[in-house]
Amino acid sequence: MSRFGFTITKARFIDYESNDRRISEYISEMEPSFLRCIECGCCSATCTAAGFTKFSLRELNILIKRGENKEINKTIRKCMLCGKCTLVCPRGVNTRNVITLAKEAYQKAENHAV
Amino acid sequence: MSKNVIVIGGGAAGIEAAGQLAMAGYPVIIIEKGQEIGGHLLDWYHLFPDRRNSVEVVSYLNDIAENRNISILKNRQTEKIERNKGNFHLRTSAGDEIEAGAIVVATGFDLFRSEKKEEYGYGIYDNVITSADLEKMFRAGDILLKNGKAPSKIGLVHCVGSRDEKSGNLYCSKLCCVTAVKQAIELREKLPSSKVFCFYMDMRMGGAHYEELYLEAQEKHAVSFIRGKVSEVGVAHNGSLVIKAEDTLAGRPIRIELDMLVLMAGMEMSEGGRKISSDLHLSTGSNRFFSSIDNHYGSNLSNENGVFYAGTCTAPMSIPETISHARAAATEVIRYMKNTGK
Repeated sequence: MSRFGFTITKARFIDYESNDRRISEYISEMEPSFLRCIECGCCSATCTAAGFTKFSLRELNILIKRGENKEINKTIRKCMLCGKCTLVCPRGVNTRNVITLAKEAYQKAENHAV
Repeated sequence: MSKNVIVIGGGAAGIEAAGQLAMAGYPVIIIEKGQEIGGHLLDWYHLFPDRRNSVEVVSYLNDIAENRNISILKNRQTEKIERNKGNFHLRTSAGDEIEAGAIVVATGFDLFRSEKKEEYGYGIYDNVITSADLEKMFRAGDILLKNGKAPSKIGLVHCVGSRDEKSGNLYCSKLCCVTAVKQAIELREKLPSSKVFCFYMDMRMGGAHYEELYLEAQEKHAVSFIRGKVSEVGVAHNGSLVIKAEDTLAGRPIRIELDMLVLMAGMEMSEGGRKISSDLHLSTGSNRFFSSIDNHYGSNLSNENGVFYAGTCTAPMSIPETISHARAAATEVIRYMKNTGK
């Protein structure tokens, strides 16, 4: 078969209309401080995992809120729950609980899929 | 009933309010804790956004204070304030006894004590200074490191003690962003070979001509703006300061070595204000500043009849805002005095 040199490219849009934001809603309900984040990045700056892996709690927060679930599931396991992010957060987000809840929610979602 | 008005605080707000009241014929007694009038302006170099020398504004205030209806008691604090049949009776720390029909509280603000934000190293590392320290250096004429050399890489940290639950202050001090931009420009002018970095969470350039100043800092002075809150400051082997933040727009952590770090200290309710608030039972908000009885049309009015607010004792304000607020306070005092037959 001949190669034409082009493929179907996936759109880069955050497809807000079809994205599933139930995980975000679940976390917001269980840990309302999740809603307080202002994306300052202080958590990621101090993060032990972020220095060596592509892990950013700040980015994770916003991706969860937008329902970009596939991306999150890949990175969330890199968190070691050391809690340094909680110490520096200017908005008092209970970051460790956000991670724990997110993991829990993804676990549930996966189980349902099976 | 006394026609006197007591003004507590001889900064921009106190002097402006006193001037308006004196012109309207009321004898005004200003109580100032310092040796000079002018408040924080006395420590500042140039003012934003036009970078006017603060000395000019202080001399404007000194001219006002010449009014013969104004007497100023310096080096004094209020010791006791009592209410007696519609009059106030105030005793100062020097023992003066004053009767007055109304009080204008113009106790201003205190700068956030940056050593409380320990992870930024103020008071620990030699070359971590505050915005106020930098203004003093500008006034003295030289920007120098502890070792006497000029810095070549300087960082400015926005929101120190503001918008920070860990510092106990959730509010925005509003003027630190523009102060940082002004100081960044002045650093670049003073030290043309230096590099200057601003670490910000959001650029709040809401005042008239602030945004233009920001543009000037980018375009004319090549100041680097990094969107991320500094998480901690350490020291490298060579003695430079190591700053850690997330460059949130690049989506990666950033590590940068600097010679000097300037912390933009936020504004807090003053200690003097807190004392008066308990003496006169004046209500304060969750931000600890005085809270007025109406945010929209009564920002000078306190919950106590005859007690009025002027300036930054109610919220962070710029100099022009403070002056306008103080004039409005004088209007309220005059209305009150007339209504009560004073």
